[in-house]
Amino acid sequence: MTPDELQQIAETELEAQHRFRHRVHVCVAAGCLSCQSQSVKDALDKDIAQRGWGEHCQAKGVGCMGLCSEGPLVSTGVPAVNDRAVTERMYKNVVAADVGEILDSLEGPPVSRLVCPTDIPFFQRQKKIVLENSGAIDPERIEDYIAADGYRALIQALTEMSPREVIAQVVTSGLRGRGGAGYPTGLKWSTVAKSFGAQKFVICNADEGDPGAFMDRSVLESDPHRVLEGMLIAAYAVGSTTGYVYVRAEYPLAIKRLRNAIRQAERAGLLGTEICSTRFSFKIDVRLGAGAFVCGEETALIASVEGKRGTPRPRPPYPAMEGLQGQPTLINNVETFANIPPIIRKGGEWYAGIGTEKSKGTKVFALAGRVQNTGLVEVPMGISLREMVYEIGGGIPDGKKFKAVQTGGPSGGCLPTEVLDQPVDYESLARLGSIMGSGGMIVMDESACMVDVAKFFMDFCMTESCGKCVPCRVGTYQMHRILTAITNMTATPQDLAMLEEFCDLLKNTSLCGLGQSAPNPVVSTLRSFAGEYKAHIEEHKCPAGVCRNHTHDERPEGGAV
Amino acid sequence: MLNFAKPAAPNDDKRWRLVDSTMRRQGLNPRGLIEALHTVQEAFGFLDDQSLRYVATSLRVPLSRAYGVATFYHFFTLKPAGEHTCVVCMGTACYIKGAPQLLEAVHKDLGLAPGETTSDGKVSLLTARCVGSCGLAPAVVCDQEVAGKVTPQQLRERFSRWTRP
Repeated sequence: MTPDELQQIAETELEAQHRFRHRVHVCVAAGCLSCQSQSVKDALDKDIAQRGWGEHCQAKGVGCMGLCSEGPLVSTGVPAVNDRAVTERMYKNVVAADVGEILDSLEGPPVSRLVCPTDIPFFQRQKKIVLENSGAIDPERIEDYIAADGYRALIQALTEMSPREVIAQVVTSGLRGRGGAGYPTGLKWSTVAKSFGAQKFVICNADEGDPGAFMDRSVLESDPHRVLEGMLIAAYAVGSTTGYVYVRAEYPLAIKRLRNAIRQAERAGLLGTEICSTRFSFKIDVRLGAGAFVCGEETALIASVEGKRGTPRPRPPYPAMEGLQGQPTLINNVETFANIPPIIRKGGEWYAGIGTEKSKGTKVFALAGRVQNTGLVEVPMGISLREMVYEIGGGIPDGKKFKAVQTGGPSGGCLPTEVLDQPVDYESLARLGSIMGSGGMIVMDESACMVDVAKFFMDFCMTESCGKCVPCRVGTYQMHRILTAITNMTATPQDLAMLEEFCDLLKNTSLCGLGQSAPNPVVSTLRSFAGEYKAHIEEHKCPAGVCRNHTHDERPEGGAV
Repeated sequence: MLNFAKPAAPNDDKRWRLVDSTMRRQGLNPRGLIEALHTVQEAFGFLDDQSLRYVATSLRVPLSRAYGVATFYHFFTLKPAGEHTCVVCMGTACYIKGAPQLLEAVHKDLGLAPGETTSDGKVSLLTARCVGSCGLAPAVVCDQEVAGKVTPQQLRERFSRWTRP
């Protein structure tokens, strides 16, 4: 594949697309598929064929359009010249029986009962970089990705830039790891590039274990080639020849589309040996996770890729020096890799112009829980929590009152009303006692009991603790025991003191991030909602009325100690 | 170890060929253990002693390590699932929006707790950490099909359809 050939494919594809006067896009990512969007797509295909419109009307399955709670989503429109986005009209909650009406109305006024307004803040406040192609391209066709400037960054890097220049662009962009910890990506890349090893590996961490987070799955389902391109550029920059994508086995559709994308890229000569007639060779293999949260930790992930139990080991040596098979290994999150192609294409300066001083660019969040609009959103760093909840999220439904927003999954914390005006970036969230995490953002209203929520997360950490180090294995068990006692109204004030002591102990003595951050939900709820703990212990009542209703207290099989 | 020969498949079930091809693709390397177990589970539905033993000896992995890996990861199961499976998502969003009530409903009706199968082997009830359909909470995966915004009533109906003789 040469730059000219790539251009050729893009032009042919664009020309083919512009022949269609009308386009109907149906979301076929997991969210809408579970609302039977495939039957909508099939009905559209059938109806278009029956009308004999095949020449000028195209129905296309595309990736996630964001507003998952209103699915299946369908968008229609006539594309403007040089504008690929079809956003003229969006329909929500479409069923197969509606497609005739939608096709009838292509030229006329929209089907009013199905219209989903796109001028609401949910769409307007977003800035799409990682998700720029989601909802616009067919994730199962490489041509569609190429027509959207796909693989141009790779060819640019391979033919016009040295590996050092590529890394310099990433450093300039200020991009930080999107997996949660926020380590500067450029720094990580240059460490791996400088490390000496017979072979180097690039691993894409798609083991999205946080409950309440589905960004990575959406990116893989909606735009898998973008991740491959990011990995290829990284491999060129650090001098690697072999890459792995470690993806959860719980995401069958993402795995299918990823494998399909790898096959297509190999066939097109964009993966394999001597890519684009240069001396650069790279192959990517998929490795399936098997449901262990701890495998999101990089040393545990490496153990799992090697076919072992996913238990972490002490760092240093960091994987950048000694990782997979003892060789230098670059591990980045899906979203981090997905940010790379636009950074190379438009330059690091451009990316650095978005976001805050220390947190650059945009972040994809999975907004869920008790808000009006749930789904996937990409916003510039530095947006306030209030904007996230009330503007993008559309506020709390059923006239209830906002109570807390949980970020960062089981390693994060619950943020109360008082801090809603704080900006969302790595430093601010850390200062407030939470973390950015991978991007799950769960809103809770007054019907949630914060002690119960803390217990939920502790139950998660207890079950997911790998058992290697004692503070985490025993500590999470003991903390869960105390939290259970509190929610059962049998705890004493001494238990609360003990709980606080455990928080400190786990944070300071655990081996890996799982144990070190496991107390975060407890610490943050103790700080902001101490009254609720008191009410359970002293007055034996649950202010939210949640506790004691749980006959189904999930316990681990066998116990942890 | 010098004269290592891969053992023959336990029986002439054709599904072993799938397992063999996965293991060969990794060059019978111990690193392919998890991949091989995935293939076994996909083909047979669960991992039993026989298949664990076969994979372990083929890849020259100690039996203890194969068993360790099989029990470490939640995705692997050592017992066969029922004819129908129902996976209730227990992710944060689903938890907040009523997943515990779904489990309670099933428990009340059938006495099933998570991880159990009805005595006639018809239905298995499982829980998942998060199926990633948080926008549709609470989510339930019934026979590989994700259903969103499930109410206890809907789940009851589904179960009674399955358990009907």
